[in-house]
Amino acid sequence: MNLPRGLPARPWRLAAEACALLTAAVVAFPLYWMVLGAFRPAGEIESGEPRPWTLAPSLDSFRRVFGQQEFGRYFLNSLVVAGVVVIASGLIAFLAATAVTRFRFRFRTTLLIMFLVAQTVPVEALTIPLFFLMRDFGQLNTLGSLILPHIAFSLPFAIWMLRGFVKAVPEALEEAAYLDGASRTRFLWQILFPLVLPGLVATSVFSFISAWNDFLFAKSFIISDTSQSTLPMALLVFFKPDDPDWGGVMAGSTLMTIPVLVFFVLVQRRLVSGLGGAVKD
Amino acid sequence: MTPTTSPRPPGRRGARDGTVPWLYLAPALVVLGALLAYPVYQLGLISLFRYTQAQVSGGQPTVFRGLGNYADVFGDDQFWRVLLATVVFAAACVVSTLAVGCALAVLLTRVRAVPRLTLMLAALGAWATPAVTGSTVWLFLFDPDFGPVNRILGLGDHSWTYGRYSAFLLVLLEVVWCSFPFVMVTVYAGIRAVPTEVLEAASLDGASQWRIWRSVLAPMLRPILTVVTIQSVIWDFKVFTQIYVMTGGGGIAGQNLVLNVYAYQQAFASSQYGLGSAIGVVMLVLLLAVTLVYLRLLRRQGEEL
Repeated sequence: MNLPRGLPARPWRLAAEACALLTAAVVAFPLYWMVLGAFRPAGEIESGEPRPWTLAPSLDSFRRVFGQQEFGRYFLNSLVVAGVVVIASGLIAFLAATAVTRFRFRFRTTLLIMFLVAQTVPVEALTIPLFFLMRDFGQLNTLGSLILPHIAFSLPFAIWMLRGFVKAVPEALEEAAYLDGASRTRFLWQILFPLVLPGLVATSVFSFISAWNDFLFAKSFIISDTSQSTLPMALLVFFKPDDPDWGGVMAGSTLMTIPVLVFFVLVQRRLVSGLGGAVKD
Repeated sequence: MTPTTSPRPPGRRGARDGTVPWLYLAPALVVLGALLAYPVYQLGLISLFRYTQAQVSGGQPTVFRGLGNYADVFGDDQFWRVLLATVVFAAACVVSTLAVGCALAVLLTRVRAVPRLTLMLAALGAWATPAVTGSTVWLFLFDPDFGPVNRILGLGDHSWTYGRYSAFLLVLLEVVWCSFPFVMVTVYAGIRAVPTEVLEAASLDGASQWRIWRSVLAPMLRPILTVVTIQSVIWDFKVFTQIYVMTGGGGIAGQNLVLNVYAYQQAFASSQYGLGSAIGVVMLVLLLAVTLVYLRLLRRQGEEL
């Protein structure tokens, strides 16, 4: 921080730092408890004496998760859904963001407002018409029924956030490219795209999350063919409200959280600057 | 703050510019039209019909009911209870999330790198946690038999999901836990983006810390705070997974239902697709109203889209 007020005086700063570390511990605790729960040996959770450590970590819960269900398959299904959504919505959003930032045309502002309004549509309410739409197109019980809606729902926010990244590429570069005889398409894919790519990756976290976390569509559209199920549904198999298998639930939760966590940490820096840009304009 | 350099796309290409942006926009518009706009239209349409399992399977013809579904919804006491619960719950979530997020954002500016990164990383972890796993983990933490929270607080086997308010409180804690990081990170980025000279000038002029906050930083952060607030309103009004998983589909006798879950239960559990759609439309209208307020606020602040 290079603010003129500088860091506060020493005792206050130490208090603030202690406070920050304490908060970090509280915030991280549920995740710690999740991983701990996943590694606890069978009897320990039920012992009713929750100790914040375990002396005999075991992989039993993970084995149960992979054994009882086709967990690996669901994991793969989830990866396919999230992967296709990320790539498709990323490319589509990149084109659209370029259109609304690099051109002036009629209805431009109207479109922007519509993208904003589209973000507020409660996805869950659309489950009913989407269910019939997917049925009519024979997409029920296929991964397509999860991929298609998520591409649509992640687009508005992706376009909104990408605008900042596209805008940040200097226009002089565009002029120079044209002077050198580059075509529009060439400029778009060989110059603009690589420059915007880091921002695109940061933006894709959100489409990744919405597709990866999706619970409602999976529950509503994958009705009979469980081989097309995704992780959230698989997880709930272990979670019976009256008698949950906590070890299994925590092991499944851990496995489901790791990919998102990795993704997040990788794009963390871009994310912060991107959010700043997206909301500040 | 709004930068003064507004986007000024190259105007040289004049006439040719006409179709190019639309070509770029075409894929997005097709997808959004087919999978967002059309379903919204369908939602409105279904809400006007008697549409139950019999109609879905083709056993009975669909009957146009006009506003009959809406009359049923508005005539049902449970709807008003659920609506009230949704509004109060969402408001509580928004206020708590903003308070925690902003406070921590300020805290982040006052500490050195190591505590800052630690807190940032912990927050990112909470943010990245999928709603389903977040819900199960928090249930585990507050489990009456095996959870550490009751043990620490000495609550014995007190069940958090049994009572209406304690169940809502539990969901609220989870929602705040996974949504404050967005506020914290965004507001922190906003504070960092305030030009140093402005603050220097203020402090040279003898402004106190508090005065700098109130008269310099707060107005400069207002656009960000507006965005964060509205985003939180929109998200928290639509909470689905947490309620569904943590209270087992809406709590004992539906005591923890919010509109979203209520609409889902009406449609898919009771096969009242028409009724469910009508509730969906009500939700859509409420959220659109919030968005319009948002747009007006942005306009008034002279933000350029």
